[in-house]
Amino acid sequence: MPHRLLRFAFSKEHKEPAFFEQPACLKPSYDAVIIGGGGHGLAAAYYLAKDHGMTNIAVLEKGYLGGGNTGRNTTIVRSNYLTPEGVKFYDASVKLFQDLSEDLDINLFYSERGHFTLAHTESAMRTMRWRAEVNKHVGVESCVVGHEEITKACPQLDISCSGKAPIIGALYHAPGSIVRHDAVAWGYARGAKNLGVDIFQSTEVNGIDVKANKVVGVQTSRGYIATNQVLSAVAGFTPRICKMVDLPTPIIIQPLQACVTEPMKPWLDHILVSGSLHVYVSQSSRGELVMGAALDPYEMHSTRSSLEFVEGLSSHILDMFPFLSNVKIVRQWAGMADMTPDFAPIMGKTPIEGFYLDAGWGTWGFKATPISGKSMAATIANDRAPDLIHSFRLSRFEEFELTGEKGAASVGH
Amino acid sequence: MKLLDCPINGTRPISEFVFGGEFRTMPDPGQCSDKAWADYVYNRNGAPGVKMEWWLHSPSGTWFIAERNTLTDEVLRSFLPGKEVAE
Ligand SMILES: Cc1cc2nc3c(=O)[nH]c(=O)nc-3n(C[C@H](O)[C@H](O)[C@H](O)COP(=O)(O)OP(=O)(O)OC[C@H]3O[C@@H](n4cnc5c(N)ncnc54)[C@H](O)[C@@H]3O)c2cc1C
Repeated sequence: MPHRLLRFAFSKEHKEPAFFEQPACLKPSYDAVIIGGGGHGLAAAYYLAKDHGMTNIAVLEKGYLGGGNTGRNTTIVRSNYLTPEGVKFYDASVKLFQDLSEDLDINLFYSERGHFTLAHTESAMRTMRWRAEVNKHVGVESCVVGHEEITKACPQLDISCSGKAPIIGALYHAPGSIVRHDAVAWGYARGAKNLGVDIFQSTEVNGIDVKANKVVGVQTSRGYIATNQVLSAVAGFTPRICKMVDLPTPIIIQPLQACVTEPMKPWLDHILVSGSLHVYVSQSSRGELVMGAALDPYEMHSTRSSLEFVEGLSSHILDMFPFLSNVKIVRQWAGMADMTPDFAPIMGKTPIEGFYLDAGWGTWGFKATPISGKSMAATIANDRAPDLIHSFRLSRFEEFELTGEKGAASVGH
Repeated sequence: MKLLDCPINGTRPISEFVFGGEFRTMPDPGQCSDKAWADYVYNRNGAPGVKMEWWLHSPSGTWFIAERNTLTDEVLRSFLPGKEVAE
């Protein structure tokens, strides 16, 4: 190492700037407390400070920032959903993502790839046509393409899928993108901190005090905080937090797994998803193939990953790309997906005054990070949910008004 | 959990089983309020813990109940539906 560089490293004058410093201790009270330092919680903090001037806020994260599903997801961003409510909502998120590197002054490696949802059957083609029409109606770029166009875009793909499930066509969504997930969490954290928000890592919420149906405080591993507004943005931990305030929800937790291969030269430009083969794949800016499959088949609160998953996934990936047979898988992991019956999120106010919920993000919530942060910030600041998220309210279940998004969310992410 | 005990067919690999959700008692749809019915249809006991669950051994079509810890994935016991769950 050059002498000058060493000297620089040891000099007190040129201290390495910390990305976000943590205050020494909690304040006795905050205007709002956000539980969960994933992308959603941090984005909500950022927009509360930026859009609404609320800066007396604490974000509490029991582990490290982005260590939940934010840092475990396969980073697909798209808006080609099935319901008009869903398409509008996710489109607003895609638009925020497109300028987010600039807004947060951090390179998020936002990379527009184009997203193919492959159809292997006539009934799948029918859903693709339906989605394309809903998307176009709302002004989102989506179209149905034949197998010739898929082959042209991705000549490496075995269009017959080893003869097992020939591809007929696809839904093509040009704005489909991938983005560096942990940078999204860090960018929002730094942005929020610079605006005056306190962020505490290794700080667990153990209880929420409710008096006369109103939130009055939060018990944490670092001490007590008095507050009248609490946002739960804890994805796979939502049922545990809701239990603290006796709030029933339809959410159940199932693990979702993913893996990456060793890095290769760039060859896969697009994002490919196959509902029938239960796989999706894209190539990261580091050259790794990032791959995922369907949910694990039963409820479990754990992030263990399994051999069954890599075996099943690899066999389907090889149906699509037989030439990958010698490529090694280098990492696999799992996250805890908070699943809802209609594959739409649960956002907004709850029957408990001052307790706000941002949950039910299942296998699809990373792409919503910017817009959910913005919408939840507006909900907290005005104590009223914006129209954009009205269809996602918790009370939709007892009103029997579900938002049927399954056709576009189940494996697609 | 890689193996599960079917009360009829003995210990079998987990791939032979289908998860059927938590064992719950249905309110009388004719008697209960819409709210109570919606609660039964949609809400779930989602927090981790030891739960009674429906499982299907699919090759033999056997539905049974297993008591499982959803945090550690340990199965404590499994049995055919009957008096035992009437607690
Ligand atoms: C394998 C996998 C692939 C996925 N792929 C995609 C995809 O391609 N596209 C997409 O859009 N979505 C995808 N998702 C879904 C997406 O990752 C999530 O919906 C999203 O990241 C949720 O973000 P969040 O900020 O709400 O939650 P998280 O990032 O999980 O953050 C919640 C945080 O809360 C903290 N916490 C929990 N309890 C407490 C407590 N008591 N006190 C303090 N802190 C607490 C946790 O430690 C955690 O850090 C995928 C998910 C997985 C698991």
